[in-house]
Amino acid sequence: MNQTELADYIGILFPEAGITLGSQFPTIEIPSEKLIALCLKMRDDVNLTFDYLFCLSALDLSDHMSVVYHLESTKHGHCAVIKSHTSNRENPVIDSVNDIWPTAGFHEREAFDLLGIRFNNHPDLRRLFLDDSWGFPLRKDYTDPARIVER
Amino acid sequence: MTTTTLDFDTIKTQEYLVNMGPQHPSTHGVLRLVLKLEGEIVHNVDPVVGYIHSGIEKMCESLTYPQIPHLTDRMDYLSAHMNNEAVALCVENALQIEVPDRVKVIRTIMDELQRLASHQLWWCVMGMDMGALTTFFYGLRDRELILDIFEETCGARLTLNYSTPGGVMFDIHPNFQKRVKDFVKYFRAKLPEYNQLLSGNVIFRERTIGIGYLSKEDAIAWGVTGPSGRASGFACDVRKHHPYSAYDRVSFNEILRTEGDTYARYQARVDEMAESLDIIEQLIDNIPQGDHQVKMKGVIKLPEGEYYQRVETARGELGVFIVSDGKKNPYRVKFRSPGFSNLAALNHMSKGAKIADLVAIMSTLDLVIPDIDR
Repeated sequence: MNQTELADYIGILFPEAGITLGSQFPTIEIPSEKLIALCLKMRDDVNLTFDYLFCLSALDLSDHMSVVYHLESTKHGHCAVIKSHTSNRENPVIDSVNDIWPTAGFHEREAFDLLGIRFNNHPDLRRLFLDDSWGFPLRKDYTDPARIVER
Repeated sequence: MTTTTLDFDTIKTQEYLVNMGPQHPSTHGVLRLVLKLEGEIVHNVDPVVGYIHSGIEKMCESLTYPQIPHLTDRMDYLSAHMNNEAVALCVENALQIEVPDRVKVIRTIMDELQRLASHQLWWCVMGMDMGALTTFFYGLRDRELILDIFEETCGARLTLNYSTPGGVMFDIHPNFQKRVKDFVKYFRAKLPEYNQLLSGNVIFRERTIGIGYLSKEDAIAWGVTGPSGRASGFACDVRKHHPYSAYDRVSFNEILRTEGDTYARYQARVDEMAESLDIIEQLIDNIPQGDHQVKMKGVIKLPEGEYYQRVETARGELGVFIVSDGKKNPYRVKFRSPGFSNLAALNHMSKGAKIADLVAIMSTLDLVIPDIDR
């Protein structure tokens, strides 16, 4: 499916999703409570079959945390991006997609480690790179006077 | 795959934990694996990473776009040129800059030389992990010739720093074409030796065939890319499916196998070396004339938005995700490194194998630790 067909198809299934076209990939913004339902549909629908999650990134947008899922279908060859965000920035929580795409497990641990996002139902949510005494370095308000030099 | 004939109902071995690494020779860097063992059967592998986490993503947030490629050299240092190129392409696409054909062809040749150098090092170390020391000397002998070409081209042997947004740092050396052609001729004759030395070896085959099976569905679900994924039949070659630089004008085969075991991953890489030689041969006599750089602005600012670029490194799919808010520094950079996702599948692949098999499985995943830790 091309971008427009993809947008129409998903728009009918999930009317609450905000779909933007025109950039590199079609982008689907979804409220976090509908995230798992959308992801399951994206993977299992025969016309979509997004079976390959090639990137999971998290970012701090100063009033909330955003999680970005880059998906590809190895069967149909189309790509899409799902975006969802947490409501609370200080104590961000979102559902894990580890059961849908197992590759997400490591990426979610990384997001937890560097941004402090907690993923519901993640089987093994521990810090990945840093030890427990660190803060969350990729948050925009992170300070570390010993290691960060302002220029 | 059963690896034991013991009857566990009558003989019980206590399950225990063993630390493998961080200074273990077969982890090729500082990777620690916490193994849950019963006898020598592996029940669970828990990779502990982060020993050389250097915060590259955080550092990128305070650097300008021409500075970022310098850091990417230090991620997967065996695919340094592909890492540089990924950032360069991402910035060029965001600014909608078309680089000259000369740049595209030079980048593609350098990519394939880099891939060959990486696979040669992987091959020689793989032999060493299996107890065959001779391969180490064969591999390094041939890799040296590629590093000499790199040195003459850009002054560096490992951290090349050659691709920058807008082109390549320097034009190629007058000797470049001759030396590359000499190398291709030389290595075509040497590649069969690789197969004679290791691929047909009985001990090697016994230790790799049927070990560490990964199905195609699992490879996709776990995001195992590169030769490791293609050995399971996952058609994931970015060069083929999302071509960049000059890959759309060369013909080559995507090496796909169906066995999905350690030997298939080994053979996929050896076969890929021949494909790389083919690609270089098609391009080396046809480097177009022109500039090696586009004139860029003094300060590069990307328009507000999100940009994603995928390239195929020697280990698999590298993704660069840049979020820009219109300033000269990126708002957020994420590197989807191939080793990171490949390592995540290690536990899945090595359950039920023996410790010695685990070493073989890890070898064919071709892990480079800074690529994982970033």
